[in-house]
Amino acid sequence: MAKRIETIGLSCFYGNTKAVDDVSLVIEPKSVTAFIGPSGCGKSTFLRSLNRMHEVIPNASIQGKVLLDDEDIYGPGIDAAAVRRTIGMVFQKPNPFPTMSIFDNVAAGLKLNGVRKKSELDDAVERSLRGANLWEEVKDRLGKSGSGLSGGQQQRLCIARAIAVEPQVLLMDEPCSALDPISTLAIEDLIAQLKDRFTIVIVTHNMQQAARVSDVTAFFTLQGPGQPGHLVEVDATQKIFTNPTQKRTEDYITGRFG
Amino acid sequence: MSSATTVLRNQGIRQASLPVWAPAATTVGAVLVTLLLFATTGFQGDADFLVVAVVISVLAVSGLSWVVEGRRRAIDRIATNLALVCLMLTLIPLGFVVGYVIKRGHTAFGWSFLTHDLSTTGPLQAGGGVGHAILGTLEQVLIASIFSVPIGIMVAIYITEYGGRRLTTAVRFLVDVMTGIPSIVAGLFVLSFWIFVLHQGFSGFAGALALAIIELPIIVRTSEEMIKLVPASLREASYALGIPKWRTTLRVVLPTASTGITTGVMLAIARVIGETAPVLLVVGSSNYFHNNPFQGSQASIGAYIFQNATSPSNFSVQRAWAAALTLILIVLVLYVAARLLTRRNNLARR
Repeated sequence: MAKRIETIGLSCFYGNTKAVDDVSLVIEPKSVTAFIGPSGCGKSTFLRSLNRMHEVIPNASIQGKVLLDDEDIYGPGIDAAAVRRTIGMVFQKPNPFPTMSIFDNVAAGLKLNGVRKKSELDDAVERSLRGANLWEEVKDRLGKSGSGLSGGQQQRLCIARAIAVEPQVLLMDEPCSALDPISTLAIEDLIAQLKDRFTIVIVTHNMQQAARVSDVTAFFTLQGPGQPGHLVEVDATQKIFTNPTQKRTEDYITGRFG
Repeated sequence: MSSATTVLRNQGIRQASLPVWAPAATTVGAVLVTLLLFATTGFQGDADFLVVAVVISVLAVSGLSWVVEGRRRAIDRIATNLALVCLMLTLIPLGFVVGYVIKRGHTAFGWSFLTHDLSTTGPLQAGGGVGHAILGTLEQVLIASIFSVPIGIMVAIYITEYGGRRLTTAVRFLVDVMTGIPSIVAGLFVLSFWIFVLHQGFSGFAGALALAIIELPIIVRTSEEMIKLVPASLREASYALGIPKWRTTLRVVLPTASTGITTGVMLAIARVIGETAPVLLVVGSSNYFHNNPFQGSQASIGAYIFQNATSPSNFSVQRAWAAALTLILIVLVLYVAARLLTRRNNLARR
């Protein structure tokens, strides 16, 4: 089920400002790819352009191609909503729907896309919550509001919500940056499990996290303030953290970035 | 070490402060001083007493604080007291209005008053009721809201979620201008267009049209503000699930904003429920139950109060006060009902 993503010369813009410059990258199916780099280097923007969430922001646009198993997701006749159903996303801050119960939060993607059968919804909700390692903690209060959960639980609820629609790729934008170490560990374990079924792309500021969870690491940086971000190097995580090709990558991962 | 740090260090974290009973004691003292002042000088009157007592008490507490606690604490106390006085100034007229309406209105008020009309009661007789006017007002406001609530919310959705910048600015400007339209102008518009040009008769429906014009901009503006408050992260969460924009708006944005939108709708209804001028112009008035809002003059509470209050008969004036009380109660009931309804909606289901 998991699909492959390839970008060809992808640049992202906010109005006339270029935020990401000419990135060509391959993301292999059933692997975890981590994007690392300093703040403002465009890794989140690049991530959001992979499932057409970038264009939600007014005046935002892209140049280049994003291929999902050889099909350009920005091509003519492609429905952005269908793309996002195939390529799900988890955000930096947990954002459960405050007006919905835990059950409805997980079922939201299915319900709002037309699944009506109660038994089908029940199955999908349990499967997704188990998939997100949250089932045991919330099975007795599925009818309660999702805002009552702790931050880590809310983030796992958001992951359950994202995997409930059975996407083929899961994009995670700093999913642990608002969480404590225990919740972070829970999410990292979850990522390792989800890898069997999904293609996962994760943006992180935490280099240890990238080293722990990812198979492939891509390092982004920018020349200076106001300059667009670009891809420096992408390789097996092992190699990036032990023997990077580029001097700048080495400087960054060893903390000598300047 | 610089001198600044030395000064700060010497200050320490303990500061002299007035004991907790000081403000209360000062207030009591201020009241006593005021009593003395009123006894010995030409000051007189209840309201004057209150004002003088409050001023003396605030000044005394602040002065004392300045001497004992220093400038920053004193200013803090002045600002706090000023805010408190402003709160009182707002609450006092409100309390007086409600209290006075209850005091004057309760004599004629009762179940019989709510359920009867004036068909058999003349101005010089006691009894009679406001039932026909309640019916007329509720029908007119209901019809007005059936027009203005959906249209208003949809306009708000358009300008927040869909509209281009230029169109949004234009619509917002027009809506602001509409907010400023005096209600009599809305009534005159309906009178000249609906009744004179289209040759429709006086009716509750014509009144409802005028009320809808008054309600519309209030609903648009409050709904717009409430929809703008919905965090973008919720919309993004929904888009990221592959939910189309219209469904996101309907199932995520609107429910999240529903409490605020309901308050806006209630404000709009409260604004028009007592409208008198436009209703008198295009609905007229009536002394008996008239159920059909689409034909013929109909009573309404605003017009009922106006006519009874301007009558020389004491009984009529009592009925006017009771009708005013009825109006306040109706708004209160509607408001509480709307609040309970949205709260139930926001509770997690299942």
